[in-house]
Amino acid sequence: MSENSTSRKQFLAALVTAGLAVTGCSTKKENPFEGVSGEGGPTGKKVKLLSVDGEIVEMDSSCLKPVPDIPPVSNDRERVGIDGKKFVMVIDLARCKAVKNCQKMCNAAHQMHSGQNWIHVYPMKESENGAPFWQPTNCMHCDAPPCVKVCPVDATFKREDGIVLIDNTRCVGCRFCMAACPYSARIFNWNKPEITEEEACKPYSCESSTPQRLGTVGKCDFCPDMYRQNKLPHCVTGCPNGVYFFGDLNEDSVTNGAESFRFSDLIKDKAGYRLMEELGTKPSVYYLPPVNRNFPFEKGLPTSEKS
Amino acid sequence: MPRPFDKLGIMWLTVLVLVCCLGLFAYIQQLRLGLCVTSLRDYASWGIYISNFVFFVAISLVGSLITAVLRLAGAHWCTPITRIAEIIAVSAISFAGLIIIVDMGRPERFYNLFIHGRLQSPIIWDVLVISTYLIISCLLLYLPLLPDLKILIARTKHDPEKRILHKMYCFMGSFWTGSPLQEKLVNRGINILCITIVPVAFSIHTVTSWLFATTYRAGWDSSNFGAYFISGAFLVGSGAVMVATYVFRHIYHLEDYITHVHFDKLGRIVVMLAGLYGYFNVNEYLVPAFKMKKPEEEFLLSLFVGDFSGIFWFAIITGMVIPIIILVTPWGRKPFPAFVAGVMVVVGAWIKRYLIVTPTLLSPFLPMHDVPESFKHYVPSWAEWSIAFGSLAGALLIITIFARLFPIIPIHETIHEAHEKNTEHH
Ligand code: SF4
Repeated sequence: MSENSTSRKQFLAALVTAGLAVTGCSTKKENPFEGVSGEGGPTGKKVKLLSVDGEIVEMDSSCLKPVPDIPPVSNDRERVGIDGKKFVMVIDLARCKAVKNCQKMCNAAHQMHSGQNWIHVYPMKESENGAPFWQPTNCMHCDAPPCVKVCPVDATFKREDGIVLIDNTRCVGCRFCMAACPYSARIFNWNKPEITEEEACKPYSCESSTPQRLGTVGKCDFCPDMYRQNKLPHCVTGCPNGVYFFGDLNEDSVTNGAESFRFSDLIKDKAGYRLMEELGTKPSVYYLPPVNRNFPFEKGLPTSEKS
Repeated sequence: MPRPFDKLGIMWLTVLVLVCCLGLFAYIQQLRLGLCVTSLRDYASWGIYISNFVFFVAISLVGSLITAVLRLAGAHWCTPITRIAEIIAVSAISFAGLIIIVDMGRPERFYNLFIHGRLQSPIIWDVLVISTYLIISCLLLYLPLLPDLKILIARTKHDPEKRILHKMYCFMGSFWTGSPLQEKLVNRGINILCITIVPVAFSIHTVTSWLFATTYRAGWDSSNFGAYFISGAFLVGSGAVMVATYVFRHIYHLEDYITHVHFDKLGRIVVMLAGLYGYFNVNEYLVPAFKMKKPEEEFLLSLFVGDFSGIFWFAIITGMVIPIIILVTPWGRKPFPAFVAGVMVVVGAWIKRYLIVTPTLLSPFLPMHDVPESFKHYVPSWAEWSIAFGSLAGALLIITIFARLFPIIPIHETIHEAHEKNTEHH
């Protein structure tokens, strides 16, 4: 069996990504899985697992039960963030042609109302004679976040890993944060969310921002829930042109899934910058200037506006 | 002296109650369906609820101006109108608090402000100072009422029809004997309250202005905002007192107590305050307009010549220019013209608050894009209008009912002062 040769590390990763959880974990007992074997009895197929004591044990695969969700992270831990991380994003404006697949994927994942978006793709022009370009904008996850300063109830908070999140079970819906955000990144649930009863009953998580709730505010969350599953944010994977790079400042690396760069090199080589630097908000989203663009601006216009 | 409503009074009352009910109905609708019953959307996320709130806070400041500032300054002429000013303050500030709750997306979580409140948010400062102001204002209304309650108790004692009223008066003030000690305590109390209310009053409106000024937005990002708001608040408050004084004088036939002198003096105050507010307006609009920085440009143009220009110039001219023109002439400070000028000041001020809140939100830093067309404009919905007018009617209702139950001019103090004046003359 090829599984036998799997290194421990890969094995663990495989375990996590498969979303499996062991229902009992001690090797000291005679048979820890007695009575917990799934329907149908032992299958005879052995699976290797790492016990809490660091030993490799072999189990019958019927002892493993798939769990529908990764075990939920408690609200307290969600408020602290992921240890040792400092998330950043780099958006390469030279690659964008307003396909807006990022928007579509994001909206689908976050139960967005029709018409509302966390990601806006703006047609921009720096000056009258400047060249037009497309600028996707999401929450900047500022290091001096104006929205967090004004929130009266700590429903919007800054985590140690740099992410600014919203707790929709606490938000009172005053919309002060919307007024405070200079990037217009925030949207509000004016209507009842368009979700099924079943979705609405799921436990709420600040990290996935779902289920959405009436009368509360929302915005891009940098998808820490995806990170916990070893996946990239929806916009990064959704973009066919690799515009978005996501990564960790502490590791100094960013990736769009296909390519990876050293963050510092990328910013240095391509003269990366941040939006509205002069306001002192210290965003965590960097932009690479729209030079040597891969696509002409017009490519991104809706068909009706193309001349 | 309070007296039962006549026909006109009943009609007025019915209208107010109906408008209130409409507002209540709209609010129930909003509770059921969410804020989607309003026209507020992601860009214009604050609308006439918030401008109404600012208006209420502004108008409530007059309580402190007339009762405290003028009293401390020794301006005795204002004694007969102190109670009018104070009841306006109490009812307005109560409704300011209510309107904030109406504006919230999750009003049932209001308690979060207390269990999770974070002192760094200007909203928490606002909650703190507004509740303090409400308490002080209520006390300032109640304490001077005590001697009058004694008169009322005596008056209603033998009238079987007024049993309930009598009971209420007794409940509120039967401990008052008017002994020198009590008098001294109450006077001391009033003095202390008058002094404390001044900084609190300044805070409520300064903090309210900071709800805007602590953001980066064009038109709000101004160090002028606190003073600008306070001068505007004193102006609209004095205008409102002028209107209310005229109405009460007319209805309760108080011509002997509220004389032309009062309108003359109030008129002068309004002229001064309108000039002051005009001065701050020039600072607010002219200085940025001189530079025309990019983010400000769109905002200022929308006010001067764009979508909002009609109401902007209307508010400036009706709210400041015309009242000044009317009130600088001695003829204009006669009761009726002064009343008209007062109405203009109040209407202009209400619109001005709207212009402070919404146009800024519709001039964001990044262009409005990727949103439905309706998000780019703001026209208040029927529900918002109903709630806004409902709250205004509610505030008037409180004032009306108060005037029905209690004497609208302080009998005891007025007599007392008239007496003092007479003895001085002799
Ligand atoms: S809308 Fe919610 S998250 Fe935003 S400031 Fe108000 S309470 Fe905080």
